[in-house]
Amino acid sequence: MAEGMVGASRSGQWVAHFLLVIGVIVVAFPIYYVTIASTHPIQTILRPPLPLLPGDAGLANYAEAIGGGVGRIGGVGVGRLLWNTTLVAVSVAVGKIVISIASAYAIVFFRFPLRMVFFWLIFITLMLPVEVRILPTYKVMVDLRLIDTYAGLILPLIASATATLLFRQFFMTIPNELLEAARVDGAGPWRFFRDILLPLSATNIAALFVITFIYGWTQYLWPLLVTNSNSMNTIIIALRKMISFADADTPWNLVMVTCVFAILPPILVVVLMQRWFVKGLVETEK
Amino acid sequence: MNRATFPHRLLPYLLVAPQLAISLVFFYWPAAQALRQSTQREDPFGLATQFVGLANFRAVLSDPAWLNALRVTVVFSAWTAFLSMAIALLLATQAEKLIRGKDVYRTLLIWPYAVATAIAGMLWLFLFNPSFGTLAWPLRQIGIRWDPLLNGTQAMGLVIAAAAWKQISYNFLFFVAGLQAIPKSLLEAAAIDGAGGARRFWTITFPLLAPTTFFLLVVNTVYALFDTFGIIHAVTGGGPGRATETLVYKVYNDGFVNLQLGSSAAQSVILMAIVIALTAIQFRYIERRVHYG
Amino acid sequence: MATVALRDVRKSYGTNAVIHGVSIEIADGEFIVIVGPSGCGKSTLLRMVAGLEPITSGTIEIGGRVVNDLEPRARDIAMVFQNYALYPHMSVFDNMAYGLRIGGIRGAELRARVEQTAAMLELTPYLDRKPRQLSGGQRQRVAMGRALVRGPAAFLLDEPLSNLDAKLRVGMRLRIKDLQRSVGTTALYVTHDQVEAMTLADRLIVMNGGVAEQIDTPMRIYLEPATTFVAGFIGSPAMNILPAQGTEQGVLLGAVPLALGRPAPGRDVLLGIRPEDLTVAPEGEGLPLTIRAVELLGADAYAHGEIAGGGEMVVRVPGKKALSPGARVGVLPAPGLAHFFDPATGRRLP
Repeated sequence: MAEGMVGASRSGQWVAHFLLVIGVIVVAFPIYYVTIASTHPIQTILRPPLPLLPGDAGLANYAEAIGGGVGRIGGVGVGRLLWNTTLVAVSVAVGKIVISIASAYAIVFFRFPLRMVFFWLIFITLMLPVEVRILPTYKVMVDLRLIDTYAGLILPLIASATATLLFRQFFMTIPNELLEAARVDGAGPWRFFRDILLPLSATNIAALFVITFIYGWTQYLWPLLVTNSNSMNTIIIALRKMISFADADTPWNLVMVTCVFAILPPILVVVLMQRWFVKGLVETEK
Repeated sequence: MNRATFPHRLLPYLLVAPQLAISLVFFYWPAAQALRQSTQREDPFGLATQFVGLANFRAVLSDPAWLNALRVTVVFSAWTAFLSMAIALLLATQAEKLIRGKDVYRTLLIWPYAVATAIAGMLWLFLFNPSFGTLAWPLRQIGIRWDPLLNGTQAMGLVIAAAAWKQISYNFLFFVAGLQAIPKSLLEAAAIDGAGGARRFWTITFPLLAPTTFFLLVVNTVYALFDTFGIIHAVTGGGPGRATETLVYKVYNDGFVNLQLGSSAAQSVILMAIVIALTAIQFRYIERRVHYG
Repeated sequence: MATVALRDVRKSYGTNAVIHGVSIEIADGEFIVIVGPSGCGKSTLLRMVAGLEPITSGTIEIGGRVVNDLEPRARDIAMVFQNYALYPHMSVFDNMAYGLRIGGIRGAELRARVEQTAAMLELTPYLDRKPRQLSGGQRQRVAMGRALVRGPAAFLLDEPLSNLDAKLRVGMRLRIKDLQRSVGTTALYVTHDQVEAMTLADRLIVMNGGVAEQIDTPMRIYLEPATTFVAGFIGSPAMNILPAQGTEQGVLLGAVPLALGRPAPGRDVLLGIRPEDLTVAPEGEGLPLTIRAVELLGADAYAHGEIAGGGEMVVRVPGKKALSPGARVGVLPAPGLAHFFDPATGRRLP
């Protein structure tokens, strides 16, 4: 194999494997640890070091967490928290894709006054992350009565300069003749979009879905700002509340279970949709 | 050649309207408000406001607490970016060497990308919790007085570790992509010229990776500045004794907890300037990258 | 099937005029080829007929109906693009069916029409394939099929063969002519290749710099080119065009008197003689020519030489009698086949 020629010596391969295994251990250990911890009774968790293998309290812990154990601490069941988080993540992903593809479509395939002004207005939002406009944004949310609503959790997050830029870049690679052929075939803007552009964008959409789903799922500052009521919390905020009032009575076994619930869905999405995710990530940001 | 387009007049406005509406209501209006408030002094009840010019900025820039946050942020960002990039580069170069098994390692190394920053912080807190952390326990056994909740340096170490850990996946994927773009023939030519492995890396691979490295440096700085709010908030709350209070955390704390509107707004505006500078750097560089293909 | 008429069609971008008023009445079923060098405006003209470029002034009629402001789909035309512009994600069948579906044709009729067209183009075995699984020639046929299946009033073809290799191009050229004749649909065909233009066209539009220099049948354009541009563009190798002067007996080329037609005595003209209208004579007869280089093509050879008194000239000679460089010969222009042009305007003199 010419490709592996340089550095393909047997010892080089062993060194590489060795270093990568260490890397994997460092990277995976915190996740492994919390998963293992979620299967041990609280007494074992509180008496370090934790065994490296799963314990026998797994079923009991998960049953208790799902059966209302988490609800007794935070006032809200883990089911509701997962529902809130999933709803936010999916809506943010779908919303970002829909409004970004629409605005990129307009900017690339139409010519109209103020077109570039709009493009720059969308582009510049890149430079205004929520962290630099915390208080006034909060005030807008209050004025619009969006505190403790799903709309409040979702809407402000679906503007996306990055996704718009990605779609714009992709649309600009579509040959002119394809649009012209469609026009001659009788397709108007809607048909061209639905029959030709959308199918051709499928990979980009899949990639963006993964990235924006993760983005929505892992939001922290925003849900912290716009939710007061526990029943509107995402699972991450709820988890933070569970550990922040830590005292001797904190049911760490249930915290560990909730933590697994909070990290497992996005990890599954990333691992299962790895092909699109990696392509999308490297292309979106370059 | 010019882009072929549709001749419609109204439709494009309808298409950009949703994105534009959200940007204006939730981005531009609040940003404008932050700019306005940064020049005003308002009492906590919002009963009276007064134009004070740049007084808020002067106050912020001479406030020891803000300067402390600036120092904390610089230390935190530099370490986070350095650690996560160095580890990712090491792993990526090893993975590039492999004849088989590359994909397995990639699958195992991308998990942290999916973990929320706040949870990354919590995971590390579980591991290094002074009372029951499995990794804190051996530290205590060998006589280290380990308590990140009381010791500022240890707290800083913990949040840096969590923040760097979370970013390894991202950097790894980009370094792998960057390494794959380097023509194998260059490395083979260097090998024929007699360059050993380490020499090949530092004289060929590393310089050719410079665009990727530079891009990641900007991205990691932005990440460390803004996205790590969750780690600080969930793990240390800026403590102990402001040892881990970053600029973003301070904006949040001063605005939401201490209700110092003018000061918080001025801090926001300073942060905005930092983001604008970083984004400008990033896009200048991307422009160039586009030209070079 | 329809007539097409262009009346003083013009196009400008701002103050920059790119089409300077083209007029032509095209009969139903006629095959018109628009030919010219790159940048002459031929594609723009075709795209204006298609409705892909707005026209600045003038009228375009298709089937007796003014279509100036109609969308392409309302003009009842079909188009074949240079790069084919096949929808990459659709099968051959769907590529061909797309326009019909939009036109509201469904079910059995749709299937029948697509299959019939596919059979005509020998595409039946490929109907389920995607464009990327096809060879260049097959893709070209799909692009043709997509236009044919619609049964439009007119076909517009924009350099449809330029992406094929030389051999396929000859085959497809014959086929396009055949298909067009059998369906009897009016066609406008853009090319920069004069062989395609000559072989396909019922009538040619020769364009240069946004101006239709001549509109006529291929043979008349060959025999009576209206301008020096047309004379030089049509015919290969290009016509020899040399400055000469009218005399009582004929013309004076350099210092050599030639008895070829008779422009007004004393008048400066441009004399055009095609390489194939020259014959080689022994030295001393006709126009003296010193051979500089010979291109041997097999059946023929092109001898490039210099005439006495300066000026380049190309002569076609039979390949078997090829001359060698350095040879001095005489050339005799065939009587009656000389062309005269006005040196100032480049227009043909009667």
